[in-house]
Parts: sequence; structure tokens; C-alpha cells
Amino acid sequence: MNVELKNIHKHFGSVHANKGINLVIPSGSIQGILGENGAGKSTLMKILSGFIQADPGGEILLDGKPVVIHSPADAIHVGIGMLHQDPLDFPPMRVLDNFLLGQSGGLFPNRTAVARDFKRLAEQFDFSLDPDGYVDSLTVGERQQLEIIRLLWLGARVLILDEPTTGISASQKAKLFATLKKLAEQGMTVIFVSHKLEDVEHLCDKVAVLRAGELVGEAKPPYVTAKLVEMMFGKEITLGERQSAQQDEIVLALQNVSLEDVRLKIRNVSLDVRAGEVIGLAGMEGSGQDLFIRACAGLVRPVGGRILLKGRDLTGKSYHVFKRAGVNFLPAARLEEGLIPGLSLSDHFVLAEAPRGLFIDRQAGLQLAEERIKAFNIRGAPLSPVESLSGGNQQRAELALLQTPLSLVLLEHPTRGLDIESVIYIWSKLKERCRLKTAIIFISSDLEEILQYSDRVLVFFSGRVSPPLDAANTTVEQLGQLIGGKGWAEMGETHA
Amino acid sequence: MTQETILIGLAGVLASASPLIFAVIGETLSERAGVINLSMNGTILLAAMGSFAVAYNTNNILLGFLTGMLIGAVVALIVAFAGITLKQSQVAVGFVLALTCRDLSYFLGNPYMGVSGPRLQAVPIPVLSDLPVVGRLFFQHDVITYISFAAIFLAWAWIFRTRPGLMLQGIGEKPAAAYIRGANVNLMRYIYTVIGGALIGLAGPAFSLATRAGWMGTISGLDGFGWIALSITIFGGWNPLRGAFGTYLFALLQWLGLVLQPVLTQVPSQVLQVAPFPLMILTLLFVNIGNAEWVERALAAMPDSARRVFAKLLRAMRTSPPAALGVPFERD
Repeated sequence: MNVELKNIHKHFGSVHANKGINLVIPSGSIQGILGENGAGKSTLMKILSGFIQADPGGEILLDGKPVVIHSPADAIHVGIGMLHQDPLDFPPMRVLDNFLLGQSGGLFPNRTAVARDFKRLAEQFDFSLDPDGYVDSLTVGERQQLEIIRLLWLGARVLILDEPTTGISASQKAKLFATLKKLAEQGMTVIFVSHKLEDVEHLCDKVAVLRAGELVGEAKPPYVTAKLVEMMFGKEITLGERQSAQQDEIVLALQNVSLEDVRLKIRNVSLDVRAGEVIGLAGMEGSGQDLFIRACAGLVRPVGGRILLKGRDLTGKSYHVFKRAGVNFLPAARLEEGLIPGLSLSDHFVLAEAPRGLFIDRQAGLQLAEERIKAFNIRGAPLSPVESLSGGNQQRAELALLQTPLSLVLLEHPTRGLDIESVIYIWSKLKERCRLKTAIIFISSDLEEILQYSDRVLVFFSGRVSPPLDAANTTVEQLGQLIGGKGWAEMGETHA
Repeated sequence: MTQETILIGLAGVLASASPLIFAVIGETLSERAGVINLSMNGTILLAAMGSFAVAYNTNNILLGFLTGMLIGAVVALIVAFAGITLKQSQVAVGFVLALTCRDLSYFLGNPYMGVSGPRLQAVPIPVLSDLPVVGRLFFQHDVITYISFAAIFLAWAWIFRTRPGLMLQGIGEKPAAAYIRGANVNLMRYIYTVIGGALIGLAGPAFSLATRAGWMGTISGLDGFGWIALSITIFGGWNPLRGAFGTYLFALLQWLGLVLQPVLTQVPSQVLQVAPFPLMILTLLFVNIGNAEWVERALAAMPDSARRVFAKLLRAMRTSPPAALGVPFERD
């Protein structure tokens, strides 16, 4: 379906989120929409998918005919389906119920017929989804697959994907891209919203770049990365150079550590982490790296082996003991586990400081907040509630909350969902910590990030842990193979 | 005890549970849509008093029952308006209503204290009521008890088998996802809260015009049933079948407390009267055992074949509250 956007404006109060956007997306093509966080991508897509309406004067034409879209239900009715970044599905319900919910029809749905359609569509794209399984046992990638076939089944001819490669594994990404290409060949219009340059360059037939609410231009392959970056940010940005931290004192020592949870077992891992070293943990989500990092934080008790911090045996001790010993953990869910929604930046800094007396010294808190906001380049005021900050600024705030000095920082997806500028900034701050002899262990599903910033890499595959790989001598392809479970025979045992 | 007296006792258990059945189903529907109606305890009392007063004055039992449902619906409408439209705390509003309605029922019900009024009569169902055992248990009740049986299965089928029921689950679970699938979330929440409220209100006349006919003010012994119904709704995993199981269990334990009193003379009678409450909670906790982490651990240690069977069983028993319970929905 041919999609045409004409003169789309959107104001939220005094904020002008979309400024006169004109864009034509031909049928059967994959259109990339690129821009940093807050550039207006989401607003534009929400307008197209019916979540919000554009200011009067703008027009949306499908195959040349103007359409009015009042709600997401209207959108799917005219053939526009959207895959949201955080999948809008029902986790405790069965896959098939999720699939059929929203289909119009009689009082009792014909489950046999629906299951037949489900199976046909899943097979067509080579998705292995169990219709009787529960959605909360699926990975983010599988939930996307479910949403894709659901939208197709409801008759979507235009598919919008909002940051779909965030939080899915490399192999799922490859599958997603293959699916999208297949759909485009079938005449589907695919709109791919992302801030990840390599994904956009890899996939899209055409890219539109948004900056500060404006469409600054379009590009076609072959893409020049530097040019796209300049369009996105209005200036050039260079990646930081890799710098190998000098290796000295052992900060964290794992000796034959075994871990267990409901799903998997990790056996006999030994690892020495030195001061200033960065260890990247790669693997598909749920392969054991989350368990591993929580064990290093004292949140999961090992079933065997010993954990030593600077020579002190902390096996079986609580998170608070680890924390006092200089270990900090930043979990992936920033607003759920990391920050406290409802409290301001200033409150957070006050809470993070060692308690001094019963009453809060507001003045000192404000002062502290102002210093940190400046030092960490956070876009926000001392009194702004943390949930009002953008993802990048929340992450900066979390970094600003870390204790000093620290022996070990554990990070789960430190840059997930952030634009390049924030990613570079966050890593520059982390590298500063490394120079102060803090060791870093982090999980990421972005293999390039892992190779770019780690000294050594551990790969996880359903509870198996690879020996530490030297990041400088490892390629993305090698990592991808290991993550997918290939090439483990030659690896040997998991000792460092 | 003869077989006959046991049968009569068990049939009595089924009948005496009917008010709580309506309350549990009403609360289940409301909470499935994402609205907590905490006013239940007061609503039941006010509806019991109001329906008795109307039935007494008009000598029309049907009008009495309708009054009970109307009272429940109006109270629920207040909860819905405060919670959905004004986006206020449903818990706070519901709690205040629970207290207000209770005291209002005592105050307004004064003239009807101890008055004898109309009462629903048993209607044995021809043929079926002559069946051995089953006939005595299920087919010699009054109309409202029959309706309570039907309500359990209708509510269950509606929630889990129909298209609108599926959407109802969605609205309480993740309203944004239900919205993109075409649901008018707030309208649906109003409708289910008011219907649920009418069912909660029905519990009132099911007491005052049937199982515990009459109005006795503070000594009616109805105060507290609303809170029991609330906990049964929760332990029942927002499922009418499991909720009904909890309700019958509670009624059975209460009956046992009465029957065992003359037998177990060395046990203080207070113990037998109170025992149903902790016993019911223990049983329902056991039903929800699949939620516990140590059970999952034990499961992981089992051999594969056994684990699959147990995991399936536990997964089926496992429940979680509607994720958006008590949270107002805002587009975007």
C-alpha cells in the first residue's frame, strides 16, 4: 500500500513535536525512519497508527485516497498495523487467545479455525510458536513474531515497527529482517523506526531522518554512515577509541561457582576479574548471564563454589554486604528496579548518600543534585521526577548515583534503547571509572557494543559458559555462532 | 447422624452459600475489568435492608430483589465514577462507601428490626428432585439458589469462552493493548463495574429474603460477609469456578462447626466457630502454591516426565491478579 504523509504537524502544549512532515512511502518498500530520542519519530508513527491525531491541515493518503484515523482500531481497519517497542500483548494469557483477541465476530470465537490460520501464518514465516503456550514464557523476539502474524491476519498492508531490534537476540534479528524483506516482496509497506544506524543501513530501501521534529532529509543506499550521523545530530560524532585497561590486582574471583534457577543450571565457573577490566557477557536473553551477574551482585546465592571480593570471601552474603564492599548493580529495568518513580533527582541523590541524621537536608540535596546534573550532563532539573526523564537521562542519573570509590560495577543492558550520543557518553563515563580501577561486568545483546568496549567476553548458551575470549581477537560472527550454540565442542571447559 | 440429615445439611450448605456466590462473581467481574469495588461489605448490608423493606411494604419479593440489585449498581457507579472518570483511588472510595453503607443500613433499617416479612419458598424441580441423593442436594431449593448455580457457569463461560470475555480479561490486564485491539476501555469498565455491583447487591436480598430472612440490624450477623467474599475473590484467582469452590468450602466449614459442636464437647465452641476462617485461608493458599518459588525449585529437581505433569498442573492452578487492577487507563 502506498503511504503518503502531507504537511503533518503536531503540538503538545508549547512543544512542536512534528513540523510539517511530508513523506511518500511506495508500496513494497522498507522505509527507515531514523532519529535520536525525542526527534519526533514516535509522534509521527503514533499519528499514522491512530494513537493520536495530527493538527488540522495535515493529511494521510493511502493509495492516493485521504483517510481519517481516529484510533488504532481504525488504523488496522484501513490496513495500518503497528508493532510497539514494548509489545502490547497480554503476558498471562495463551498465545492463541492473544492472537484472536481483537478479531471481530460472533460471541464464541471459532478456535479451531483461528488455530488453523495461526498455524498457516506461523509456518509461512518459519516462526515456531506454540498456540497453547503462555505469552509470558516467550522471548521479546517471539512476542514480536506473534504480533506480526496477528497484524497480518487482521489485514495489515502497512506494518510499522518501533525500535524492533531492541532487546532481541542476533539470530532473532536476522529472522526478523528476513521476514520484513519477504513481506516487502509481497507488496507490504514496511516502516522501520530506529536509532540504530547499522540496522537501518542493513535493511532499508530508503531512510528518512528526523531531527527536532523536522524531516531533515532522505537517503538511499549505498549509505554513508558519517552522513547519516550528521543528519541525525546536526554535527559529527566520533566513536571513542578502544583502550585496553592495564591489568593488575584481582577484584573479583569466582572459584568453581555453580548457579541454579528454575530454568537452567550453570556449573563450575571460575573467573578472575582485575581492577579496571571490562568483561562483556553475551548470549541470548535467558541463557544464564542474568543469573551470573546477579550472583556477582549477591542477589543470587550460588549452590556451589566461592565468590571472593578483593580476597574476602563473600559467598552467600547478601546484596547489602556486597554493596558495602564496593559492588554496585544497575539492572535493566531502570524505572522498576533502578530508580524510584515519583521521587525527584534530588531525592535520589539524598537517598544514595550515607545517612546523616534523621532529617533531610534539602539544601544540601539540591546542591548535590545540581553538581551531579552538570557533571553527568543530565537533561533535567533537580526537582524533576525521574520518570519524566528520557531513557538516556535516566541512565545518566543512575550512573551519577553510583558510589565512589567502587571496586565493581555490574550493568544489565546499560545502553538499551538509547541513541548513539547517549551511548558514547555513558561509555565515556564508565571508562573514567575503569581508569579509577573499577572493574565492570556488563550484559548486552548488542554484540558490537560488547566487542567495542570489553577487554574479555564470556558467552552464555543455555547455562554453558565459554572461557573468557579476548575481545580484540574475536569477531561479531564468532560471537554470533557461539550465542546460537555452534562451535562449543572446540571450546573446552569453562575456566579462566 | 443418618444419611438423610447429612444430605439435608449439605443441601443447606449449597443454599446458604448462594449470597456469597453472587458477591464473589460480581467482584470477580469488576476486578477482571480492572476496578476494585471495595464497598462490598456495606453494599450487601444496605441491599439486604433495602430489599427487605421494599418487599415488606409492597409485599412483592421480586421488587425486593430488584431493589437489592439497584442499590448494588448505584454504589458501584459511585466507585466507577470516582475511580475511572475522576481517577481517584478506588480503594479509598470503596472503603469509605463500605463503612457508610453499613451504618446507613443500620440507621434506615431501624423500623424493620425483627419484623416478619415475605420469604422466598423452595421450589422443587419436578422429576429431578425425586432422584436419589442428587435430587435432595441440588433440586429442592428456592429460585435464587438455582440462579446462583447457573451464575457460576455463565460467568465462567463468559470470561473464558466468549470473545467479549476475552476482551474483559485484556482490559484488566493491559488496557493499552485492549485499546489498540478496538476496546472502549473506560466504557467497558463502567459496564462491568455496574453489572458486578448489581450482582454484589443481589447478595443482600439473597440473605434477607431467603437464607436469613428478615432484618435484625446489628445482630443480623451479615457484617463481615463482604470482606470474606473479597478474599475469596482473590484466592479464587478471579475465576468464578474457583471462587465458587472457595465459597462452598467456607459454607461447608461453617456448617461442620455447628454439627461438630455437640460431638467435640471438649473443644471450646468459639474455636469451632472461628475455625472456618483460618482453615479456608490455608486451603486456598495451598491451591495457589504454584506461585511459590520453592515449589518451582522443587519442580526443577524432578525427573523430566514427572516434572512435565506437575508443571502443567501447577501452571493451571497458578493465578495472578489482573495487572492493571485499580489503575486508571489513559490513552497514551
